[in-house]
Amino acid sequence: MTTPNRIILDKYLRHNKKFPHIWCPGCGIGIVLAALLRAIDRTGWTKDEIVLVSGIGCSSRAPVYVDFNTLHTAHGRALPFATGIKAARPPLKVIVFTGDGDCAAIGGNHLIHACRRNIDITTVVVNNYIYGMTGGQQSPTTPEGMKATTATRGVIDQPFHIAELAASAGATFAARSTTYHAKELESFILKGLEHKGFSLVEAISQAPVCFGRRNGMGDPVEMVKREKELAIPISKTAGMTFEEKKDKIVTGIIEEREAQEWTDLYAGVKKTAGEE
Amino acid sequence: MAKANVKRKVVIYRDWCKQCGICSTFCPTGCIVKEEDGYPFPRYIEKCIGCRLCELRCPEFAITVEEWEKSK
Ligand SMILES: Cc1ncc(C[n+]2csc(CCOP(=O)(O)OP(=O)(O)O)c2C)c(N)n1
Ligand code: SF4
Ligand code: SF4
Ligand code: SF4
Ligand SMILES: [Mg+2]
Repeated sequence: MTTPNRIILDKYLRHNKKFPHIWCPGCGIGIVLAALLRAIDRTGWTKDEIVLVSGIGCSSRAPVYVDFNTLHTAHGRALPFATGIKAARPPLKVIVFTGDGDCAAIGGNHLIHACRRNIDITTVVVNNYIYGMTGGQQSPTTPEGMKATTATRGVIDQPFHIAELAASAGATFAARSTTYHAKELESFILKGLEHKGFSLVEAISQAPVCFGRRNGMGDPVEMVKREKELAIPISKTAGMTFEEKKDKIVTGIIEEREAQEWTDLYAGVKKTAGEE
Repeated sequence: MAKANVKRKVVIYRDWCKQCGICSTFCPTGCIVKEEDGYPFPRYIEKCIGCRLCELRCPEFAITVEEWEKSK
């Protein structure tokens, strides 16, 4: 049974914050945050042992609303802060909540190196294909041909696929789902939280105001329908060419494997160095 | 699906609802409808199967689905 909304309201939302939250009507960020909160509830972890870290962006505002140890850092730098926290206090459960711009543009370098270290942090990325907060500039995930304020005639660059990027950089768990598939999204986040090592869950999300509107995608409902139509489970992609997959949303667990985790390795180094 | 001894309530908190239409559109049974004033309302509650998809997909934390056993 998934956690009832009543528990989310009572236990996890900060009651001194103004609700409804700041996000635009129908924006998917709230759906992703709700999925994260339900997944957290299922782990049985206490709020005091959880640290939620974000950078800057509409997505990165999420920690403001929830009652954990939270850190709202500088644009692109959630992972370096999270890495510092985890290195200093390995027993803490460190979670990063970020956006496609925050983690794949300005923070892209931090992302690949966090993956490479396989440090035990779970990163949830809201991929709405755009820099939402600043009004709709092209991000590294904006699909080719789509319009943005900085690509008024359509994007000519190839997009990153964040989950695959993370997996090839060394993340030992990487998965993708969408706000339409909120239940699956929750289950992937739960797997990511329980995974030992670096885990990343990419949540494809609708941004009706700063992205959909400019690209004639209709209202939030139409955008969510689009996720449903474009989604294809990874199990059905065998034999598909890159071109055939290009315009789809491949959902599922992209990577799941075991490898030595960084804070364990570092503890070993400290021991041999005589620091105990 | 519709268990005879189960009663359900879909509570929609209007103060937080931003009328996005996601809950009513994707409710698999047509229990929730968008009213003339733009707000969703569980008008056909007898159709509700308690799948809670409305609750999971509401971006505003505005929906709670309650379910309990009917006393005889
Ligand atoms: C160093 C720095 N550069 C640029 C900005 C401006 N800025 C704020 S949010 C943002 C992009 C956020 O995009 P994303 O992470 O995708 O979040 P979204 O708003 O789409 O959820 C940018 C470029 C900033 N705040 N700081
Ligand atoms: S500006 Fe875009 S990303 Fe930000 S809340 Fe509005 S729709 Fe969502
Ligand atoms: S629980 Fe399911 S059937 Fe009932 S109102 Fe919500 S979406 Fe519709
Ligand atoms: S999904 Fe939530 S915000 Fe959207 S119409 Fe339904 S109750 Fe309102
Ligand atoms: Mg974005």
